[in-house]
Amino acid sequence: MGEVILTMKGIDKSFPGVHALDHVDLEIRKGEVLALMGENGAGKSTLMKVLTGIYKKDEGTITYEGKEIEFENPSAAQEAGVIIVHQELNMLSHLTVAQNIFIGREIMKGSMIDDAKMNEEAAKLFKKLNIDIDPAETMGNLTVGKQQMCEIAKAISHEAKVIIFDEPSAALTETEIEELFKIIRDLRDKGMAMVYISHRMDEIKAITDRVTVMRDGTYVGTIITKDSTKDDIINMMVGRVIYEDPKTQSNVPKDAPVVLKVEHLNAGKMVKDVSFELHKGEILGFSGLMGAGRTETARALFGADPKDSGDIYINGQKVDIKSPQDAVKYGIGYLSEDRKRYGVVVGKTVAENTTMATMEKFMKGLFINKKKEDEVAWTHVKALKTKTPTVDTEVVNLSGGNQQKVVIAKWLTRDCDILIFDEPTRGIDIGAKSEIYTLMNELVAQGKSIIMISSEMTEVLRMSDRVIVMCEGRKTGEIDISEATQENIMHMATLRK
Amino acid sequence: MAGNDKKSKNFLVSKIGGQQLIVLGVIVALFAFFCIKSDIFRSYTTILSMLDFSYFVAFMAIGVTFALITGGNDLSIGTGMVCYGIIGGFFVTKLGLPVTVGFVITILCGVLMGCFNGFLVAILELPPFIATLSTMMIARGLGSIVTGGSSITWPADAWFKNIFKISIGEAKYPLGFVWVVLAVTIMTIFLRHTKPGRYIIAIGSNKEATRLSGVNVIKWHMLAYIICGMFTGFAGVAYSATFPTIAAGSGAGLELDAICAAIIGGTSMYGGSGTIFGTLLGVYVMSILKTGLPLIGLQANWQQIITGIVLLVAVFIDVVRGKKN
Repeated sequence: MGEVILTMKGIDKSFPGVHALDHVDLEIRKGEVLALMGENGAGKSTLMKVLTGIYKKDEGTITYEGKEIEFENPSAAQEAGVIIVHQELNMLSHLTVAQNIFIGREIMKGSMIDDAKMNEEAAKLFKKLNIDIDPAETMGNLTVGKQQMCEIAKAISHEAKVIIFDEPSAALTETEIEELFKIIRDLRDKGMAMVYISHRMDEIKAITDRVTVMRDGTYVGTIITKDSTKDDIINMMVGRVIYEDPKTQSNVPKDAPVVLKVEHLNAGKMVKDVSFELHKGEILGFSGLMGAGRTETARALFGADPKDSGDIYINGQKVDIKSPQDAVKYGIGYLSEDRKRYGVVVGKTVAENTTMATMEKFMKGLFINKKKEDEVAWTHVKALKTKTPTVDTEVVNLSGGNQQKVVIAKWLTRDCDILIFDEPTRGIDIGAKSEIYTLMNELVAQGKSIIMISSEMTEVLRMSDRVIVMCEGRKTGEIDISEATQENIMHMATLRK
Repeated sequence: MAGNDKKSKNFLVSKIGGQQLIVLGVIVALFAFFCIKSDIFRSYTTILSMLDFSYFVAFMAIGVTFALITGGNDLSIGTGMVCYGIIGGFFVTKLGLPVTVGFVITILCGVLMGCFNGFLVAILELPPFIATLSTMMIARGLGSIVTGGSSITWPADAWFKNIFKISIGEAKYPLGFVWVVLAVTIMTIFLRHTKPGRYIIAIGSNKEATRLSGVNVIKWHMLAYIICGMFTGFAGVAYSATFPTIAAGSGAGLELDAICAAIIGGTSMYGGSGTIFGTLLGVYVMSILKTGLPLIGLQANWQQIITGIVLLVAVFIDVVRGKKN
């Protein structure tokens, strides 16, 4: 391990309503791979965004190569040699590999671009890195793994001194990961400083030298990888603090009937052989890390995405759900994680959104019964304490929490028995959050059943009667709330095949 | 009293919409301007002929407003309108069928084309611009084939010619305007107060959220294009009533008049908002310009430039409004 190249000290960053980073420290050294770990929302990405100038820090200092600096924007960081290799690749798929690597700083011959020279330079670069890619190949024809390597090559060609890998392995196959690791080890031996963000415990053990753990926007600590166990790291990630009262036992009677049964559901790459049961009056939590396939499972179940195979039973009857229309017909309502895109029609009014799934109840002959529509909308506005001046207010003018209430009102108007809440409190402030929780508890008390997908561990432990854990499209665990702990859920969420 | 004034103003704005009020003002201003500048403009014959030439544009514009509200477009309406008039006329003049049959066929052709456009856009999910550009070319080719490359002349005494302009004694009355107002009224009610209308707006506003609410978006999306086609069929009838002979290809470019009218009238190109009444106002902005500009000595080329500028302003307003949201 070499000398320190970059230090972040006391970094503080707040967004409206969220203290995203609370005096966080980070130290990166030459010739080492530092793992940056933490649950979803722990602040890893925010910290890296502060480092590379995407966000401005509120407080704290960044020292790079002995000098205090603050990058104005990502290209200034890149200029100085601090480069992020993103999870979503920023590649222009219609250009060649070489054209991608030299984008924005093309090699010219007079006033013309010298493609031959660029190919030559790219080939040299690949040779240095032991990467086998044809620089003249079109980027879109490469596998994701190869594309990632091009991104790394591009970083190197910018004379990178610090490379940050943001979940680089998320889309890679085993072999590709091996190749990636070979390159990373190579770079380490040449003295490169690297930060490796990942959720995958095995990879952390395999490739990193030290682990820095973050939790809820704070710095927890840094340990030497080879001296620590997987459990040590998990314990640091979840901590010992209990923030809100978790549920200690299920509120669902043992003999509650099964309202929804899903058997061997397969859909695309993200849903593999998922089976589960939902009981009447139950909140079934779906836990897991980002990209575990929970939303995809819900969407396939709801008919929003096509499913490849699998059976769905509602109240014991086998049903064929091909579209959201079918799902709604069978009494399922879906509250999307991305309200603005999939939940509300923002340009329409509260009343119009409320009746969207139930139009036929509001018809008087051929015409919409506006009076009845407004009445029902008002009833829900009052019952859910939605803050809106009138029911004719366009939803775009409401806050996140109130938009969520409008979506809930939509499905309540429909009188759905099964509700899928996908990240019900994402982007919602604390006050509105507990209102949504109260509401969910009232709904199950009335005999409705809820599937709750949540990336917040505390939310899962506070709300669920039973928890299903997914990892990489598979169900990796199912546990009653009385036995659930942050540790065992996190353990199941990282069970890779 | 001041409070009352404010209330009545808000009432007007909420019922008609800000942009429509502006457009209404523009119409009044343009009309006054041309009346002052030109003696001929303020004659009854000019007004009558201006109305005559507005019916087919109005029907097309009402139709295309539906396509625009879904966030799409329909470029096939101009050549389509002419093509349907030709096909209807062909059945009457070449095959000797009654005028009424030709009348029905003209409208039916529009509905069929609307179904086809709807199929391309809603089911195959082709980009509306390209899909309807293709059907525009198909309509144009069809028209040429049916006429054998020349033109079709409906019988001069075809009954429907009298439903747009009625003569009582010496005087002629623009009866067509009544049909246009009726169509605007019915389609406004359809758009604002029926389930299909509500869904068509919702699709233009956020198709995915509408789909996830369990709405059959394909069906209603298609319906918007079928309505557009049906009104193009009506436009075909109006066109056949206005012009003695119809040449294949003479409708090219007329779709732009209709689309301009809708956008001037406040229909958003991003979908999700628009009113039929606004479209009607847009139609008359276009008609007044088309009639008035030559009368103050600006010839066709200048008219196009001015129309282009008017459209740019309308689109600019739409973009600014879109950004605000």
